[in-house]
Amino acid sequence: MALDLRPPPVRTAPPTAPRARTSRWRRDRFLLLLSLPGLLVIVLFHYVPMLGNVIAFKDYRPYLTIWEAPWVGLENFRVLFDGDPAFLNALTNTLVISLVQIVFVFPVPIALALLLNSLAGERVKRVVQSVLYLPHFMSWVVVVAIFQHMLGNAGLLNNFLRSHDLATVPLLGNPDLFLALITSQVIWKDAGWGTIIFLAALSRVDAQLYEASAIDGASKTRQLWHVTLPSIRGVIVLMLILKLGDVLTVGFEQIILQQKMVGTEVSEVLDTYVYSHGVVDGNWGVAAAVGLVKGLVGMVLVFGANKVAHLLGEKGLYSK
Amino acid sequence: MIVRSLKGVVLAACCAVVILPFLAVISTSLADQQQVTAAGGYVLWPSRPNLDAYRAILAGGVVTRALLVSVGITVVGTLLSLVCITLLAYSLSRPGSLLHRPILLTVLFTLLFAPGMIPMYLTIKQLGLLDSYWSLILPGLASGFQIIIMRAFFQEIPRELIDAARIDGAGELRVLLRIVLPLSRAVIAVVGLFNAVAYWNAFFNAMLYINDTEKWPLQLVLRTYVVDNSSLGVDAADLAGGFMPPAQSMQMAILVLSLVPIALVYPFLQKHFAKGILIGAVKG
Repeated sequence: MALDLRPPPVRTAPPTAPRARTSRWRRDRFLLLLSLPGLLVIVLFHYVPMLGNVIAFKDYRPYLTIWEAPWVGLENFRVLFDGDPAFLNALTNTLVISLVQIVFVFPVPIALALLLNSLAGERVKRVVQSVLYLPHFMSWVVVVAIFQHMLGNAGLLNNFLRSHDLATVPLLGNPDLFLALITSQVIWKDAGWGTIIFLAALSRVDAQLYEASAIDGASKTRQLWHVTLPSIRGVIVLMLILKLGDVLTVGFEQIILQQKMVGTEVSEVLDTYVYSHGVVDGNWGVAAAVGLVKGLVGMVLVFGANKVAHLLGEKGLYSK
Repeated sequence: MIVRSLKGVVLAACCAVVILPFLAVISTSLADQQQVTAAGGYVLWPSRPNLDAYRAILAGGVVTRALLVSVGITVVGTLLSLVCITLLAYSLSRPGSLLHRPILLTVLFTLLFAPGMIPMYLTIKQLGLLDSYWSLILPGLASGFQIIIMRAFFQEIPRELIDAARIDGAGELRVLLRIVLPLSRAVIAVVGLFNAVAYWNAFFNAMLYINDTEKWPLQLVLRTYVVDNSSLGVDAADLAGGFMPPAQSMQMAILVLSLVPIALVYPFLQKHFAKGILIGAVKG
């Protein structure tokens, strides 16, 4: 039975649109009511703060309201374009930390996932997974505290060395080792958890491919190279692209917790710059300007990263 | 054979790197002064385990108060976030309903552009929420990502089930409470657990919005006494009845306390590890 989709013959004078809307209103008003609390939160804590970005164009002082503060045009953006050394330092550190972490952190979960996947016993695998996922659920305060009490000057390791009359190793509070320190903290906290997405991809690899290649005489190493890695290539590329879209954001909580130990020269990143110049020093306008540009560039990077993902035939964060 | 044992060694080492610090933390929190002094600060196994450190920090001082604050924020925040997210996701699970598209776009845009720290701070200030517990609860109530995940889950529920209930005369609320929610327990549990962990672990928002140290959540207290090594103050010693458990033990006991809720929910989190939805929920 085919439905007649043609408009019904005119019965009453006004067209049916307003009536359709009132009936939709009657039908859906309860749904709208349900969406209200969530929408209110989103508007209040996502869209209203976006309006607050106007202070990037103003000379804001805490005793003035946002509306009273005088307009200063692009004055606040001058740090960005005039090459203010503190800003450049923060930008350089951010990019260096991001790139180092892409090189050294990104491959670890892949390697771990391959290792776990090649494990025979299902039970052993599950136990190892439970252990390795655990640090992901710790706060950065806990992770930093644990690192300090294990590797710090008065920590477990150095206490042990001292009590055995060995030279202590100043691993923490050493600006030269800061990059290595935060990188190893990220690995400790999240490498295990990061395996999940790769393990899911590995579990979808067609077992027949392994059988066929084994019959053709492929060794385990060759199977890894010619079967396993090509099969999860898509996920690897996708994760890498998403990571690249995020280069301006590095572990803010992690770094702010440890900034005091090493000084800002090696540890100031864009987010900590915004915090220390804005909230701490009161340069609200400049900090907001830096934050705004960072947010916009970040948005462009996410768009770009997804574009690249789509071009490579992957799904990306959102689909086309 | 060599390769296999090498794999085993590598994985065992990875596990040890994770477990050993926790073992040292827990053991030190249970150790007594004599052993802590002898070991030079930290012990890997308490010879005479005792709970003095816990008694001292739970006797009603700074840590006790912070613990209560954190529990309160986590419980209220998690429940309210589940309400906001579930209801919004449900109302968005019906394409073609009134204002469906604008509301969906409003939610989706939050995934692309996060307001910066400064505008966020000014908004909280303008709303009069500085130094209020609500500043720690409200902003995190409705994660766009989790709304989208839950909406996708709701849309998987067979349309026929809902239509059948409709025909039987069930209203919108009844459909939601009797059909949709019971079928979505897994995703609700996962979203709830992740939000609970996020609320429990949050520290910077309190550093930004809460000046009054009496209102500090546990993570901030942890930072002050365990990361920055400030001394715990006199009240802890007073309340411990004049004697002081070893400083390290008290620090480690605070650390352990902050881990207890995570340890409690970990088995539940684990149950959902394998499920794909988790990967989605994690990203938010």
